[in-house]
Amino acid sequence: MEYLGLLNYAIFMAIFIGIYALLALGLNIQWGFAGLFNAGIAGFFAVGAYTSAVLTTEYADGRIGGFEMPFFVGWIGAMLAAALVAWPIGKICLRFRSDYLAIASIGIAEIIRLVVKSEAVLTNGARGISGIPRPATEFPTLAQETAYLASQAAYLAIVVVVLVAAYVLVERQFNAPWGRMMRAIRDNEGAAKAMGKDVEFRRLQAFIFGSALMGLGGALFAHFNRSITPEAIDPMVATFLVWIMLILGGSGNNRGAILGAAVVWIIWSMSEIATDRLPTEYAIQAKYIRLFLIGLMLQLVLRFRPEGLLPEPLRGDRRAKRSGADHT
Amino acid sequence: MEFLELINFYVIPGIVLGSIYALGAVGITLIFAILRYAHLAHGDLATLGAFIALAVVTGLGVSPLLALPIAIIATAAVAVGIDKVFYEHLRERPKIVTVMASLGIALMIRAVVQVVWGVDTETYSRGIVRPENYFGLRIRDREILTFIAMIVLVGGLQLFLTRSKWGKAMRAMSDNPNLALLSGIDNKKVVMLTWIIAGGLCAASGVFLGLNTELKSMMGWQMLLPMFAAAILGGVGRIEGAVLGGLIVGIAEELSVLVIPSEYKAAMAFAILLFMLLVRPTGLLKGKVL
Repeated sequence: MEYLGLLNYAIFMAIFIGIYALLALGLNIQWGFAGLFNAGIAGFFAVGAYTSAVLTTEYADGRIGGFEMPFFVGWIGAMLAAALVAWPIGKICLRFRSDYLAIASIGIAEIIRLVVKSEAVLTNGARGISGIPRPATEFPTLAQETAYLASQAAYLAIVVVVLVAAYVLVERQFNAPWGRMMRAIRDNEGAAKAMGKDVEFRRLQAFIFGSALMGLGGALFAHFNRSITPEAIDPMVATFLVWIMLILGGSGNNRGAILGAAVVWIIWSMSEIATDRLPTEYAIQAKYIRLFLIGLMLQLVLRFRPEGLLPEPLRGDRRAKRSGADHT
Repeated sequence: MEFLELINFYVIPGIVLGSIYALGAVGITLIFAILRYAHLAHGDLATLGAFIALAVVTGLGVSPLLALPIAIIATAAVAVGIDKVFYEHLRERPKIVTVMASLGIALMIRAVVQVVWGVDTETYSRGIVRPENYFGLRIRDREILTFIAMIVLVGGLQLFLTRSKWGKAMRAMSDNPNLALLSGIDNKKVVMLTWIIAGGLCAASGVFLGLNTELKSMMGWQMLLPMFAAAILGGVGRIEGAVLGGLIVGIAEELSVLVIPSEYKAAMAFAILLFMLLVRPTGLLKGKVL
């Protein structure tokens, strides 16, 4: 029995890692490829989660909905909605240095949080939306416990398929001329402009693609939980976790983003298990000490290993190293 | 009467809130112009200042006004320390890396406040303060104090920047860092001075927010957006612009309640920020655009 519980827990963890890996991949397009600072990840996540929830749930009194679309329509809708929110922000802010985008994205996340909380017509307010359909949950031939396990495993399979598809597409873009151009813009904006690249438009593309992936991550989360409430995600913590995942894993490296998601999420959940065992009077403080440590972790990574666990692959890297060795 | 009510319930609270924003925005604008990055931990530094003052008020039993200088000095020291430990070694890297580090610092400062002082709301003093009546204008003493303190602090800073040697050095760094370095200005001292000033003003803004409302661990983070909106509205690098911007954002937030639901008060600063970036990114008083 213990064994089954552990397996369930491992699958649960893996699903979350998959969802966070999608967010980190989205951020990698923005930060790793294009050098754009998005501090409003939780906002795009929420837009995706709520859009998919509204599109796929049954009719409920007092809010729009009742479309009962299949889940994949909801997920595509989530990506479109997140992209639609990203567009005006990017349009206004990407003409300037990324600092302005950082501030504006904090702002848009804050506004989205306000809308989610107060527009009951859209989001059902503080109660949130429940009864979100989850694909592949019916296994009538199996016993109850194994049926639960099977439904969890089936969802994990779906998350993995989505993640692998996203990874393959992003990796392909990374090695394509588009990816090289984005990195050129990131590393030397002036030179890229002189080569005739439309810097603003390309940045806007990267910002929108990344945000769409974040929206998809939100949709996957909502369908996994079957419900979404304003409290489901702490905006700062969610945003910050994704950042540390990407920086630790290696910005500019898609495998690094996924690895970082796994490492950071495992550390984060394990520390939660550890602090939950503390007596209640310390447990609340321990939560904030964990936040402090995750902030400190970012400072240490930025200082001592800014390239992350898996550094960005550079063309001609190996050759440069070999010729360097010849000279010494 | 109608007009007086508008002034009493919206414009005066707006000016007070605006003064608080202005104190923070001046620091943001200085860091933006001299060190050349957006400092996202600014709001949480203000929270820290407010809670240090709370510790002094409850520990020594003095009034918040006496605790203010102590909070200013302590927060300035913390700001310099943060710069030395965390930001200094990122100076050679792209500036955006420091912006990211400051986001982490914001989380760390807030975590410290939450561990040391908890997450409950606190006040400097209990009880309701009734406003005094000045020819129909109803103003509380602490509101006058906030406005005067803002004018005195910012006025003093302006004098320092225009008259003293180091103030001129700071402005030179802001105008043209390469030329300033060539003429022998000590970069390290300028950076330290900037942090002392920004940290001190942060504490003042936090203390006055705490004095006029209440102290919460999220109070500073929620001020971050209005403070940036104020700095950009006034023009980055312009002290008087930050004050003007702060007052406009504060009054606009209070007046917005007349038109939009009060939950969206915080959206006003964001709207101003985007509007300025769209229409006039240099701000009202011709600041820099990074």
